[in-house]
Amino acid sequence: MLITCPYCGPRDVIEFTYQGDGNRERPDPASQNFEAWNAYVYDRLNPAGDHNELWQHSGGCRAHLRVVRNTLTHEISSVAFARGNHAPAARRKSEDKP
Amino acid sequence: MAEYSALSLLANALKGNKDWKPAWRKPDPKASYDVIIIGGGGHGLSTAYYLAKEHGITNVAVLEKGWLGSGNVGRNTTAVRSNYLLPANTRFYEHSMKLWEGLSHELNYNVMFSQRGCLNLAHTPAQFDDYARRGNAMRHLGVDAELMAPAEIKRLIPALDISGDARFPVVGGLMQRRAGTARHDAVAWGYARGADRRGVDIIENCEVTGFLRDGDRITGVTTSRGDIRAKKVAVAVAGSTGRVMRMAGVETMPIESHVLQAFVTESLKPFIDTVVTFGMGHFYMSQSDKGGLVYGGDIDGYNSYAQRGNLPIVDEVMSEMLALFPGLGRVRMLRSWGGVCDMSMDGSPIITAGPLPGMYLNCGWCYGGFKATPASGWTFAWTIAKDEPHEFNAPFTLDRFHRGLVIDDKGQGANPRLH
Repeated sequence: MLITCPYCGPRDVIEFTYQGDGNRERPDPASQNFEAWNAYVYDRLNPAGDHNELWQHSGGCRAHLRVVRNTLTHEISSVAFARGNHAPAARRKSEDKP
Repeated sequence: MAEYSALSLLANALKGNKDWKPAWRKPDPKASYDVIIIGGGGHGLSTAYYLAKEHGITNVAVLEKGWLGSGNVGRNTTAVRSNYLLPANTRFYEHSMKLWEGLSHELNYNVMFSQRGCLNLAHTPAQFDDYARRGNAMRHLGVDAELMAPAEIKRLIPALDISGDARFPVVGGLMQRRAGTARHDAVAWGYARGADRRGVDIIENCEVTGFLRDGDRITGVTTSRGDIRAKKVAVAVAGSTGRVMRMAGVETMPIESHVLQAFVTESLKPFIDTVVTFGMGHFYMSQSDKGGLVYGGDIDGYNSYAQRGNLPIVDEVMSEMLALFPGLGRVRMLRSWGGVCDMSMDGSPIITAGPLPGMYLNCGWCYGGFKATPASGWTFAWTIAKDEPHEFNAPFTLDRFHRGLVIDDKGQGANPRLH
């Protein structure tokens, strides 16, 4: 699996660290909305298909990246810097069958 | 249905093995059942078996998308153990262990359960202390555990690099002697035959494509072989839990699907007669009765529904194997494969009624579902039959995450790729 880092170009997945599901929106640190916190910590969309996720190029430029990767084929369709690119506003609702 | 005994083996051998009967029927689905179980893997089949045997519920269908046992029950590394730290896990897995101990006899099917022991290696004094704590917790609940010193480990596993020169020297280990391995396909086949002869319909090549609803209530499923109604619909689909639950309108679950790879080498002469695990990484190995070394390591570490993994983990697993067994450097790997694991947020399973009326859910096995096969089916059948959990699975609810009642044996937090 190759991930094309916007700084460094295509690099082997071994240079990257998976940072997890990128669909989650962290509540405001002052928020006392327990449901929102619970959802952030525990609930996952876990789609079979395109998945928004966060990676860090930890063995390279150390940039945090927002990656769209297909969980059935491991194909990567987009890579962008995580900074300024927040989680998709609406969580994907559609059926994820291929 | 085929009965197996030494006599029938001999008689059939003399007749050229031409008269064996199929171990289970191939029925067409009926229009309705009392219970539908989605997923013809180990857990689905054992659930059907115990529903029929323990609760007298025989109007049951097991729906399997592919062929029987084509998922994780045929993809695991066959280890069976009950060496957990937390009481909820220890009680559950020890119940499973006790069912394993009588399983071949009960099913009249040789599942080749071999209590060859499972040894967790410690590589630092702190880790050895941690194992002592876990061993004490196990013994406190009546499970066998013993600490081992390096000299005894050397005697048990001569091929292990136990010299002080190893990259991670072995300082001791925690042994559960009643742990071991079982023939995974035989477990699926044995439960299938046992369920079938009690009247359960096992329907292969029948993919569930959606749920029939009456308001919130689940009243059946739509499948590639037509609609099937049922009073109760049980889901036991492991790595596909997210996809199946989404068909029922449940968008999020405390689960991520990850791929776990496993490997087997060419056949060797007897090399290791126990299950051994590496303490400074994630590696475990045993030797099958055919002689192949069966081993695996960590999950690939990112969400995946592909039943194949990537090379970095292959590299890591091989490195760990050689760190323990330098003598295996020239052994050839025969096959590798991947299975999709339902990694839960605390590393423990979910066996519960719900989350929708008429639905029952069994998932979150991470990569440790095989050893749980008997107890998973036993407690799930209880839950389906009585609409309430048995004390063994009462802690394994779906809402425990939101209620702060997680069962996190490794203390890793809500990070599924670390469990």
